[in-house]
Amino acid sequence: MPSDSALRIVWIYPDLLSTYGDQGNALVLEHRAQRRGIETETIHVRSADPVPETGDVYLIGGGEDRPQILAAERLRRDGGLHRAIARGAAMLAVCAGYQIMGSTFGGEEGQPVDGIGLLDISSARGPARAVGELVAEVDAALGLPTLTGFENHMGVTRLGPGVRPLSKTVKGVGNGDGFEGCYAGHVIGTYLHGPALARNPALADLLLSWRVGDLAPLDDTRYEQLRQERLSTVLAS
Amino acid sequence: MTQLPLRAQLASALGRSAATLSRMTGRGDGSVIGGRVGLMLEPDLLRQLARDRKLALVSATNGKTTTTRLITSALLEMGEVATNAYGANMPAGHVSALSQHKGAPFGVLEVDEKYLPEVLDTTGAGVVCLMNLSRDQMDRAAEIWLLAQKWRRALSGKPTHVIANCDDPLVTWGASTAAKVTWVAGGQRWKEDSWSCPECGGPLERKGVDWACRECTFHRPEPQWVLDDDAVIDPRGQRWLLDIQLPGLANRSNAAMALAVAEAFGLPVERALPRLREVTSVAGRYTTVERDGRHARLLLAKNPAGWLEAFDVSDPGSPIILSVNAQGPDGRDTSWLWDVDYRILRGRPVFVTGERRLDLALRLEVADVPFALCASFSEALAMQPPGRVDVIANYTAFQLIRSEFGRAV
Repeated sequence: MPSDSALRIVWIYPDLLSTYGDQGNALVLEHRAQRRGIETETIHVRSADPVPETGDVYLIGGGEDRPQILAAERLRRDGGLHRAIARGAAMLAVCAGYQIMGSTFGGEEGQPVDGIGLLDISSARGPARAVGELVAEVDAALGLPTLTGFENHMGVTRLGPGVRPLSKTVKGVGNGDGFEGCYAGHVIGTYLHGPALARNPALADLLLSWRVGDLAPLDDTRYEQLRQERLSTVLAS
Repeated sequence: MTQLPLRAQLASALGRSAATLSRMTGRGDGSVIGGRVGLMLEPDLLRQLARDRKLALVSATNGKTTTTRLITSALLEMGEVATNAYGANMPAGHVSALSQHKGAPFGVLEVDEKYLPEVLDTTGAGVVCLMNLSRDQMDRAAEIWLLAQKWRRALSGKPTHVIANCDDPLVTWGASTAAKVTWVAGGQRWKEDSWSCPECGGPLERKGVDWACRECTFHRPEPQWVLDDDAVIDPRGQRWLLDIQLPGLANRSNAAMALAVAEAFGLPVERALPRLREVTSVAGRYTTVERDGRHARLLLAKNPAGWLEAFDVSDPGSPIILSVNAQGPDGRDTSWLWDVDYRILRGRPVFVTGERRLDLALRLEVADVPFALCASFSEALAMQPPGRVDVIANYTAFQLIRSEFGRAV
């Protein structure tokens, strides 16, 4: 049994939104916490179940149009995620999950669908599918290395004044305006899978540090090898 | 059979010549180029070649090539069968297969999931066999719920007899608009893509093998055929020990589907089953190749569901070589590696290679599975002690290994 002090990782609706290896973000968070001696407890919240309010890091992933609409409806009705974020929990929202965080997103036929309003963004269906590797330079205020990952979406996301862009796109499409992702408080949204935290361990540590403070360094050889291989291949192409 | 119109005869003959040329010059097995040439000269060629034959179309995310082979093997009991044995599963491949066996009264065609509606419309096939749908190459494939929806539309209003796996809720939904369905309880190992109801989005509840939506009436239909471990129970309740040579539960499921399809063609189990037992490998899959005393068994796994099936077949006592690429046919996005639970490999000697070995290396590190990183398959094989080793590779990685051994496997 994990103790009360265990770091609680909450994966929201894997039954609806878990199309692109999204489980990887939870596994990387667990692994990086545990290697530092931080106990973890990971909770998979199915869409029929209430979202717990007392988690530390919340994850929500990508998926098809219809499950995305269902997930938005259920999260709004449930309210647990809103209360958790209000209490200061950290969150990484990916792709369809990222779009849900805003005021609206594009549905199956491109029709606007209500989001859950946790980020000041709105999304719509873009003219073409953005598929491929993405490279972006992270907002200097966050002090993170280059972002790398894979995007696969049809969304165009407009950022409002209540959020900052997560990164400036070097390669790839991202939000569609030269930037990729956004953040506000302890909530980060991104189009990246890969999964994002496997390709960007510093982003995983940022989420962890928001909950547990300073973190000891780890041997990141494998992460670095993968990052260098991907970045050099993608930037050369 | 009625004679093909002259234009179709010419198109078909020229396509066969192109295929022969392609084979002779070592460019491939010729099945795609031959079909393309034929279709260029006569766009209606597939429909004309399909006319007057009894055809089965076989589609799924995994097991298409193997099941096509099993059904073909069974139907050979009744006469000549045209088939796209090498997995060229789009219309050009179908034209090529039917052209090569113009007199064959039967045809068994593996069909890409996306192309099923088009190929069904064109050929008017009498039988369609549908096994499973799961996430696969998301960067280029359609989303699977949309695929199932297209199947529904294509099957609706046609006299086609569908043989479908009722243990896969999405396949069940995709098949259930057909006028006639024979349900086969073929099992479902990978369940991560079927937690919600395809009809209404509500949660699916599972009790043992049974499943039903909690919010609408969609539920598992009563199967006529049941795969029961190493045996199949037919619609009359008779139990048949499968005893096939292809390994693993996934292949026993494929065999159950093949027996049901054979019966739809009028071939009884007692005549079909011995034919299935003759199949030992399918386009290199499950073959063992030998080099310097190392006996490597080749397993193809293209997506998370496929990896689960490969682990099921794999021998826990052997070392294992894993090879992953991300070229076009593999899908360029490797995020699916994180959907596979690799912890089952703990305690085995694991060797990692392929163009995307660094992605797999990190995946295994996070799963606490120790491994050795190898620059090539040859290097990985040379690191093995003499004896057995299992190899799991995704599509282009698998083809590369196969070609090292002359593809004659």
